[in-house]
Amino acid sequence: MTETLKQKVLPVLTIVAAIGVIWYGFTVYLNAPWQIDQYEKSATEWSMNDLVRDTMAHDRPVLPAPHQVVVEIWKTTVQKKITSKRSLIYHSWITLSSTLLGFVMGTFTGMMLAIFIVENRAMDKSLMPWIITSQTVPILAIAPMIIVVLNAVGLSGLLPKALISTYLSFFPIAVGMVKGLRSPDPMLIDLMRTYNTSRWQLFFALRLPSSVPYLFTSMKIAIAISLVGAIVGELPTGAVAGLGARLLSGSYYGQTIQIWSALLTAATLAALLVIAVNIAAQITQRMMGVPK
Amino acid sequence: MTKSSSSSTVIKAEKLNLDFETNDGVVHALRDLDLEIEAGEFVSFIGPSGCGKTTFLRVIADLETPTAGSIAVNGQTPDQARLARAYGYVFQAPALLSWRTINRNISLPLEIMGLSRAEQQERVERTINLVGLDGFGGKFPWQLSGGMQQRASIARALAFDADLMLMDEPFGALDEIVRDHLNEQVLQLWKKTGKTICFVTHSIPEAVYLSTKIVVMSPRPGRITDVITSDLPDDRPLDIRETPKFLEIAQRVREGLREGHADE
Repeated sequence: MTETLKQKVLPVLTIVAAIGVIWYGFTVYLNAPWQIDQYEKSATEWSMNDLVRDTMAHDRPVLPAPHQVVVEIWKTTVQKKITSKRSLIYHSWITLSSTLLGFVMGTFTGMMLAIFIVENRAMDKSLMPWIITSQTVPILAIAPMIIVVLNAVGLSGLLPKALISTYLSFFPIAVGMVKGLRSPDPMLIDLMRTYNTSRWQLFFALRLPSSVPYLFTSMKIAIAISLVGAIVGELPTGAVAGLGARLLSGSYYGQTIQIWSALLTAATLAALLVIAVNIAAQITQRMMGVPK
Repeated sequence: MTKSSSSSTVIKAEKLNLDFETNDGVVHALRDLDLEIEAGEFVSFIGPSGCGKTTFLRVIADLETPTAGSIAVNGQTPDQARLARAYGYVFQAPALLSWRTINRNISLPLEIMGLSRAEQQERVERTINLVGLDGFGGKFPWQLSGGMQQRASIARALAFDADLMLMDEPFGALDEIVRDHLNEQVLQLWKKTGKTICFVTHSIPEAVYLSTKIVVMSPRPGRITDVITSDLPDDRPLDIRETPKFLEIAQRVREGLREGHADE
């Protein structure tokens, strides 16, 4: 127990502490010009202590202090009803639901594409260039179009946002899965050939299990960018709901504390999602006999 | 040891040729190979690397296609023989699927053949016992030593229950002591099951110890330089390797190998 504390918790806390120190440093540094300006306008005497204290108490700071963000998150999570439009939990859930839907659809699409590509030479030649091209288009540019076009055909709400997550997340899945499905040793392919296996027997007995580690690695990337996709998808919807909406409305009104609290929440959400995928990966690999 | 009572030909190669196209031109992997192997024989293929011994085994297994000449396995083409699942193949490495337990690795070919659960289990138990791995069936491959893994892969080839076993340097990566032990086991297996075994090796003592027939090959182009029929007794304790008879055969193999090298 003390060992895990030393090896896992301590390093993390050290980094958090370091980030905290740097953050506070920048808070004072970035907010100081405006504060000094204020002092001079009102001809107040000020000391270094005053400056440090006052730069951390701005309503609309250039960079809010960490404790301001923490207080804001506390106020908008624990102290608000979940159904409230001001609750971060409410907004997080909106974003999370389209992230998860998009991730599931993206994983499915990516796996199907990979199977087509590996099992069919023509698909390999024709599909792969398009898959790569799809990711060179900046998502910020096409997200509004997807939302608008789907809205025009009567689709709104969860699905259009989830589709943007799908668009981003299918790519790492497809690429990783293709590599995974092609990863079996040629000797094992020969072995299966001596058994006179059918194509699908080869697929299910050898290719699919071989691809599992690759799939989970891809899923870790895919779930994180699914979240990015969901947030981007919330920007052009007019900032109704979701973490993206909080970011946008925060920037409309110069509410930097609100922006940062939404950002931190999104980061925490991403971390939790990646951890969840990791746990699923570990359970699966334990079942597949991977040594601890 | 000649089981000529049932003298039927298992493998018959005539003027067999195989060329590989490479960037540096054509490589003659096999040149005009003529060979007959009878049922129940233990045949070793020995020669330096590049002599085509593995290639020949792969031709029998229909993993390579000859460029010219003919080869018959059980009177069929290698392709037909493979479709009829006529042989079990043991590779240089154990080639076990890491996500399956030893039991499930052995039952893999049986699942593919569509045998019933009960039949699968019966065969797994029988073959795991034959190679002396009782009690290890529930382990994953990484939990076993290299020698045990290779024994598991032999069990897998045996579970197939084909009359022909093709073994491609199965013990090449193992240390001397484990190797001796496995050689004894293979010999016992062969006696117990009466299978025809084709065994690729680059060790002279291993070839002489195991075989009823030793095929000496040489490289560039890959061809047969000598076929030696061993008249060592049936019963072969490990110390038979010190007897004059054994040394005499080993000497002939060595000469055959040297001959192949002479024209380089």
